[in-house]
Amino acid sequence: MTVSAGLRESALYDRNMIHEIQRAAREGIYDIRGFGAKRRLPHFDDLLFLGASVSRYPLEGYRERCDTNVTLGTRFARKPLELKIPVTIAGMSFGALSAPAKEALGRGASAAGTSTTTGDGGMTPEERGHSDILVYQLLPSRYGMNPDDLRRADAIEVVVGQGAKPGGGGMLLGHKISDRVAEMRSLPKGIDQRSACRHPDWTGPDDLEIKIGELREITDWEKPIFVKVGATRTYYDVQLAVKAGADVIVLDGMQGGTAATQEVFIEHVGIPTLPAVVLAVKALEELGMHRKVQLIVSGGIRTGADVAKALALGADAVSIGVAALIALGDNSPDLAEEYAKIGSAPGFYDDWQAGLDPAGISTQDAELAERFDPIVGGRRLANYLSVLTLETQTLARACGKSHVHNLEPEDLVALTIEASAMTGLPLAGCDFAFTPESFAAAMAAASAPAGTE
Amino acid sequence: MSATAERVQTVDLASTPLRELNQRLHDQAGLDEPERHWRVLNPSGAHALACGVDAPIEIDIMGHAGYYCAGMNKQATITVHGNAGVGLAENIMSGVVRVTGSTSQAAGATARGGLIVVEGDASARCGISLKGGDIVVHGSVGHMSAFMAQTGRMVVLGDAGDALGDSIYEARIYVRGSVKGLGADCVEKELRDEHRQELAELLAAAGADGADPGDFRRYGSARNLYTFHIDNAGSY
Repeated sequence: MTVSAGLRESALYDRNMIHEIQRAAREGIYDIRGFGAKRRLPHFDDLLFLGASVSRYPLEGYRERCDTNVTLGTRFARKPLELKIPVTIAGMSFGALSAPAKEALGRGASAAGTSTTTGDGGMTPEERGHSDILVYQLLPSRYGMNPDDLRRADAIEVVVGQGAKPGGGGMLLGHKISDRVAEMRSLPKGIDQRSACRHPDWTGPDDLEIKIGELREITDWEKPIFVKVGATRTYYDVQLAVKAGADVIVLDGMQGGTAATQEVFIEHVGIPTLPAVVLAVKALEELGMHRKVQLIVSGGIRTGADVAKALALGADAVSIGVAALIALGDNSPDLAEEYAKIGSAPGFYDDWQAGLDPAGISTQDAELAERFDPIVGGRRLANYLSVLTLETQTLARACGKSHVHNLEPEDLVALTIEASAMTGLPLAGCDFAFTPESFAAAMAAASAPAGTE
Repeated sequence: MSATAERVQTVDLASTPLRELNQRLHDQAGLDEPERHWRVLNPSGAHALACGVDAPIEIDIMGHAGYYCAGMNKQATITVHGNAGVGLAENIMSGVVRVTGSTSQAAGATARGGLIVVEGDASARCGISLKGGDIVVHGSVGHMSAFMAQTGRMVVLGDAGDALGDSIYEARIYVRGSVKGLGADCVEKELRDEHRQELAELLAAAGADGADPGDFRRYGSARNLYTFHIDNAGSY
């Protein structure tokens, strides 16, 4: 639309806001959508690597080793996970995604030597069969939960919350409750399904410790137990999860994706991934558990730069969800005409709750799902994971690191004052971090009597 | 052959670690001839007692149990001769779990099959998120029982607390005594012959066959909240 000069758009009531108010007045229900937060947030883009210099030497880009393997679950589990790369696939449910899409996630992850994760709908044979390493989620809804799948899994993830909606339960609207989904979830077909937001049989960290104990007993202490939290009171959540006995913390920042959640929840609850990583590492370090309890970070991981920065801040691995779906074929320009038919466009499609996905990924419609080839999708995901890994290695070598885990905060600077304040990293070009501690030290130095320094 | 005439494996938790007990119980899975009878002494409120068992065996726990006793049970018949803590037989798949005393919160949470019998009272959230299992409570149940119960049956011979069956799906609830209050979308429904029949079977299985099915009231979902409608916003 062409806007004539002199017509001034309100910053407060921009076109999106006006459209939303009109939609709300018309429909009388909050906006539900998929994807993650779309607003501008402090993120890894606000950090830069310093790279090698006179005082640091780099590694040769294609010759010298830069290892990427990661072991998860070294604290208590008898069978920790051995991953070839520090990028895992986040939990996404069968129900939210089609069975072929879940299969493709398993294929891609397995080809790359990493893990994939079930979701709020139980474990499907397609997913287990095509996933060399599969993490099985224990969610508040307990849809599909059973001890056989618990033992078939390679690790167990107790989901307390997710970044897109910390404090909220899952949501699967009626048109995605097919016969198979209904059977797996023990629900009537076609209803709007509301997953519980609290676990049914434990409340608080003391109970969680006992719950984890039960899961360990049922699985004879073989499986690593992850605890996944949405980023909110991250410092305390991480310390409490460690106290409860977690082997691995999965921390999902507010940019983390969802298949269906209220827009108001996605955009207004939780904290960004960037400060959350720092808080989590601080919590682990204070307990003397950094690298003993592994930290997986998710929420807006798109590139090897994001991976490398998360690792440099202290994460052991990262997890991807939205990016994995895009790699499979979501939002593809090849589907422009089909997106137009449902009022969307490539690059904008976020109605994953609707079940009309022309890519056949976020749907339970048999015809749409049939379009998606899990072998091709798996290959694309494997390619993408390979690029993420190569990019991470590129940056690590540039910083002179022979393992991606050797990246450290000292390799980074902040590009913005807010990123500096959130991470404690110095602002690029100066040696000052905009943290309360730095200000306190500066104030103390300024107020000290002359000649005392 | 009576149980007393058969060999009984006795495990004294005063001298045996819980891990060893559970491992021995798990080792019975898939055996052609598992050790059929087990007796656990001095449980002393231990958590995760006899959880994850998958064998047609009988386990008698001689005393009080802590959290998650008989969790995710398959096939086994487990009796707690005492009281049980939070999450009794959570996510049970099959078999029978019986408590001679009372039980704490969330008894039978997400139970998918099998039968849970509480001879005393059950606390809050009994049968929460029920997914196909059966629960019979000889006494009363606390508030929020059968919350979000999806399928399966819960029978209460005593009274039910507030918000019974809140956000219930297709589970069926039978209560003989009073109900302090019904939760969102839970309503009383007609007790028909087929319900009396299934009630009689459940009562018999739970050792309460003296109770008259005709004395019970049936509760279930009004199904008004199955699909979001703005006119029901006040109920969400």
